[in-house]
Parts: sequence; structure tokens; C-alpha cells
Amino acid sequence: MNNKNILLEVRNLSAEVAGIEILKGINLVVKVGEVHALMGPNGSGKSTFAKVLAGHIDYTVTGGEVLYQGKNLLEMAPEERSRAGVFLAFQYPIEIPGVSNSAFLRLAYNTLQAARGREELDPLEFDDFIREKIKLVEMDPSFLDRSVNQGFSGGEKKRNEIVQMAVLEPKLAVLDETDSGLDIDALKVVANGVNHLIRPDNAIILVTHYQRLLNYIVPDYVHVIEGGQIVKTGGKELALELEKRGYDWVRAEFDAARAAA
Amino acid sequence: MELVNTGAKDRYLENLLRGQPPAGSHGWLNQIRAAATERANALTVPTTRDEEWRFTDPSPLLKFSFQPARGAQRLAQADIQRFVIPEASSDRLVFIDGIYAAELSTHCGNEHGILVTSLAQGLSSHGEILQQHLARNADFDNDVFCALNTSFLRDGALVIINKNVAYPAPIHLLFIATKPETAVYPRSLVVAGPGSRCALIEEYISLAENVYFNNAVTEVVVGENARVQHTKLQQESRAAFHIANCAVALAREANYISDTVTLGARFSRHNLHVLQTAEGTHCVLDGLALISGRQLADTHTYMDHAKPGGNSRQLHKCIVDDAAHAVFSGKVLVREGAQLTDSAQSSRNLLLSDKAHVDTKPQLEIFADDVKCAHGATVGQLDAEEVFYLRSRGLDDQGARSLLTYAFAAEIIDKIPVASLARQLRHTVMEKTQLREST
Repeated sequence: MNNKNILLEVRNLSAEVAGIEILKGINLVVKVGEVHALMGPNGSGKSTFAKVLAGHIDYTVTGGEVLYQGKNLLEMAPEERSRAGVFLAFQYPIEIPGVSNSAFLRLAYNTLQAARGREELDPLEFDDFIREKIKLVEMDPSFLDRSVNQGFSGGEKKRNEIVQMAVLEPKLAVLDETDSGLDIDALKVVANGVNHLIRPDNAIILVTHYQRLLNYIVPDYVHVIEGGQIVKTGGKELALELEKRGYDWVRAEFDAARAAA
Repeated sequence: MELVNTGAKDRYLENLLRGQPPAGSHGWLNQIRAAATERANALTVPTTRDEEWRFTDPSPLLKFSFQPARGAQRLAQADIQRFVIPEASSDRLVFIDGIYAAELSTHCGNEHGILVTSLAQGLSSHGEILQQHLARNADFDNDVFCALNTSFLRDGALVIINKNVAYPAPIHLLFIATKPETAVYPRSLVVAGPGSRCALIEEYISLAENVYFNNAVTEVVVGENARVQHTKLQQESRAAFHIANCAVALAREANYISDTVTLGARFSRHNLHVLQTAEGTHCVLDGLALISGRQLADTHTYMDHAKPGGNSRQLHKCIVDDAAHAVFSGKVLVREGAQLTDSAQSSRNLLLSDKAHVDTKPQLEIFADDVKCAHGATVGQLDAEEVFYLRSRGLDDQGARSLLTYAFAAEIIDKIPVASLARQLRHTVMEKTQLREST
């Protein structure tokens, strides 16, 4: 394994929320240029894993470690993670009445630019920049003048998350059920936007319940998370098998293997 | 107590009532003033035992002995330049410590179907309209501060919009405080004729951080099918007392849209009383109080749906930092027979510190059966999920909190129809919210 290419290394990570243990020893290695899909039934811990990576305050890490670019990610505040290139596309994006989407995007962009020692954009320059970015997900420019996510449909909110990803250019993007609540046309648009953002020097973790999204964003690896652990890892064909057979057999296989060991 | 005994029940009021301007040449006004003086003598300064003052203790006022302003402070145009609102520069009335400053005022609209002038001027030229409306809406029988103001009534701001005139530019009423220890009694009357439209900006500011007492009364008469947009901006000295009564009367199909922004004063009380006198009126009563330190800001609104088919919308927000205290009391009365009333009220409050305090009291009284009324109140801190969302986009904790606080305020400020004023207020709010970074 070429360590230089390792972006994220999760070792035996466990975490709890409100005193309930959700993650029970996750192990995962993500290298640059890779797309990983994290699948699993409801309550398996996949969204928790996404939130722990982003540093959500409600989740307490109880064991293990997470190295991001060789550094201890868990010691970093959420904003430090963001500035270092970690991005979480929210399952339920937050509405912020009173702040225009364009002002918010510019503030976030300039904050990251400043943190990375790069030039900030004034409102006029940013306007040109953002108008290009929103084409990626076919977002109407009128959404820039509206308050952040306020009154957006579920699909519009998800597009807005991908616009933010395009603006912030993360190294590691974690998309938490970005496909949920999207109709098939919107799903194609969003997936197409994400595909344009995949580069050889970044990586994506797709957290999803359904195989559907993976028809459009093709993963290098599919992991099944169940009971707070990754119980199976395979290639993209694993997703199709899960779609046909459900999740139960994976768990059964995992338990049998463990019993045999 | 060697001076004239006014016969007042209340020693403090007795003192305030001294030094009144002499009676004028208008008998009807002298009568009103005499009646108001009598009421001021009969009433007392309220205490927290009075239901309407339950959350707001006016006793700090009693620690100061205020005198009426003697002689007008003269200011140059340059002194007030920073308060000039570009959109409203053609029609502006300036009052310094309650005294009309003709040289700083402008009246371009007077040839275009409106009258913007001092009450004293209007008394001679438009006596009939004044007699019809002045002191007829603001109740001085039961409110001691309104009685005090009316007792001192000699001058003030007068705005008359003629029938069917849609006046495009906002009209700026600017009340400037300059002197410490003075009691000032600003008075404004606005009469919007049938079918007319206008926008008013009523602004209170101070040139120094003095202690003074501003006791204002504003009356707004909105004619049939007329529309008045009224922005009140209170930026008094942070040591001042500001007690204001605004009384609005709505004729048939009248529109009244009010935005009240409260930023200043050590102690402020704003009473807004809207009376629906005929059917089918439309009313919006929005407000924002943004206070910190040891400020107290009390907003009392009273929407009186006395006739059928009226609608009213109200969003009042308070942002309270440090050990400040905000009060909101919003009464909506739907009288018997006021069918098809449609009223919605929302009080939303944001507490930024452990010592910040808010009392909110929405009151809905309904005596008609075919109405739609809703009200609600929330008191809380910034939402942790919202803060996390912004931090996950790179903003630090303080930056995220500032932005969310700003956004909370901006929802009200964005409704202000005068662009430069809204911009200036957004800037003020940004400064106020970002100030927390250093604390």
C-alpha cells in the first residue's frame, strides 16, 4: 500500500450519541481518487459515521482513531476539518432565513480561501464564479438571491449541498444520503454534478440506503455497515447483489465467519 | 415646593408638569391641553402592580429630575448630515430636543399634494384638519405619559397627504436629543387622505450618551383605501428613557404597515395601538428589539379589530444579550361582530447570554365566532444544528453565531422599504453582532 495516497484511515472507531453506542469498531482506508459507497439498513450507523467525520458535537468518540492526511482528525474542530478539506453534504440541510444563499456561499468560500492562504473574491467576482458553479447542478440563479435553503424543496436543498461542494473543493467529501428525497431526474442531475467534481486528488464517501445512486456515481468499493461495523466490502457489483438480496445474508455471513474464527 | 401647586397626586408628575409652555391662541387646543393636564394630575406613574407594566418597572425614571428643554440648541447641516436618508432628503422635519428646527428641515413635497410642516405652522393653515384629528386618537385619559405629552403639546410634526396622492419618497421625521436631564415631548400627527399612499420614517437619535427623557406621541390617521408605511427607528442614547405612544386609526380598506426597530435607550417602552374603525383593513405590525448591556426594551402592541373583515400580521423579534431585558406584549382584540377577521401573530426571541431575559405575552381575545386567529411565541438560543452546519462550512463558532444572530434580525430589517435605511441597519446589526467577537 502506498501510504502517500492514503487520505483517510479509520481504525477501530467507536462512537456514541446520548449514551448509546452506535459505532462499534469501524475500519476503513480511503485513498485519493477513490469513490467509496457506504451502504446499510436504517440504524446501522452510516449517518453517524458521516457526522463523526465532520465533527458533530452530539456524537462522542469512545475509541479508535481517525487519521486524515496523516493527522488526528478527531482533535480538530468542525471548522478546522472543513478548512483542511473535509466536506459533509447534509442529509437534512439547514435553512437559514435572513442570509442570502450567495452571501453564505461567498462567506464560506472566502473563509476557506483565507485559511488556505489564497485570494478572496469580492461580491462581483464571486458572482461570476458562482454562476458557473451552479450550472453544474442546473440550479436556477434565482436560488442565489433566496435565503439559504429556505423554502427549497428537498431536491433543491440537495443541489445546494453539491453547489457548496463545488465551491469549497474538498479533498474528502462525505455525501450523507444525498440521493434521498430525489426524483429520478433530480438524482441524475445531482449525480452528474458530483461526477464532475471527482478528481484524481480527492475522494468521496457516498452514504446511501439504496443502490440507485450507484448507477450514476460508480463506486470503486462498496462497504456494508451493520450494527456499527463494516461487515462486508466488495466492488460495485456488491451493491447490485444487496439490491436483490437485501442485507440479512451479509450479516449472517459475517456472524458465521466470526463464529468460525 | 414653593412654586405653583398643580394639585398633582404624584410628586414626580407634579415636578414634570412644571415649566409648561403658555397657552396659545387656539381655544380648542388649549382645552385639550387643560384636559390632559388634569388627567396627568389625576394619574400616577405606573408600577409593576399595574397589569400593563407587570414586566417593566418604570421606577428608574423617578431617580432623575427632568426639566423641559429651555431654548433650542442650534445645529448646522453638517451636524445632522450623517442622519440624512438619501431617499427621504426632499421631505424632512428635524426637531432638536423637541423644538422644531426649520433651517434643517426640507419640504419639497408641499407643491405635490402633501403638507410636511410643523404643527405650529399647520395650526394656522390647516386648523380644521388638526382639530379633527389631533389628540383624538392617542388616549390621554388613562395613559399618564400620553397625558403628559398632550399637556405639553404646542408643536410637533405634521404630515398631511391629500386625497389620492401617491407620494413616492419617504418622509423623514428626525428627533435629535442633545441636552442632558431634559424631558422632551415630541408630537407627530399624520393624516393620509382617502386613496393616498406614503412612507414615513420616524427616527429618534442622540448626539451624546446623555440621560434624558423622551416622551413621544404619534398619531396616524389612515383614510379609506389609503396606505401608510411607517418605520420607527429608536436609537436613543444608551442612558436615555424613551416612552412612546403611537395610535393609529384605520378607515375602510386602509393599509398600515409598521416596522419598529429598537436599538437604543437604557429604558424604552413603545405602545402601538391600532384601531380598525371600518371594514376590510390590512395591517402589518413587525418589530425588532436588539439590546445588550443593561438595556430594557418593552414593546406593547394592541390590535383592535373593532369591525369585520380586517386582517393583521405581526412578527416581533427580540435579540437580547448580556443582562438586558426585553418585553413583548401583543394584544389582539376581535370585538363582537368583527366577523371574518384574519389575524396572525408571532413573537420570536433569541437569548444570547445566560443573564439575558425576555418576557413575552401574546394575548388573543375573541368575541366573534367566524374568525381566523393564530398566535405563537418562542424563546430560545441559537440552534446547535444551525451552528454546526455553518462550522462544517468553515466558519468558526463565533462567526457562525454572529451570522445566525444577524440573520435573525435581518428578517425584520429586510422588510423596511427604504433601501439605504435597511442597508444602514444591516450594517449596525452586523457591528453589534460582531462586537461579541471581542468579548
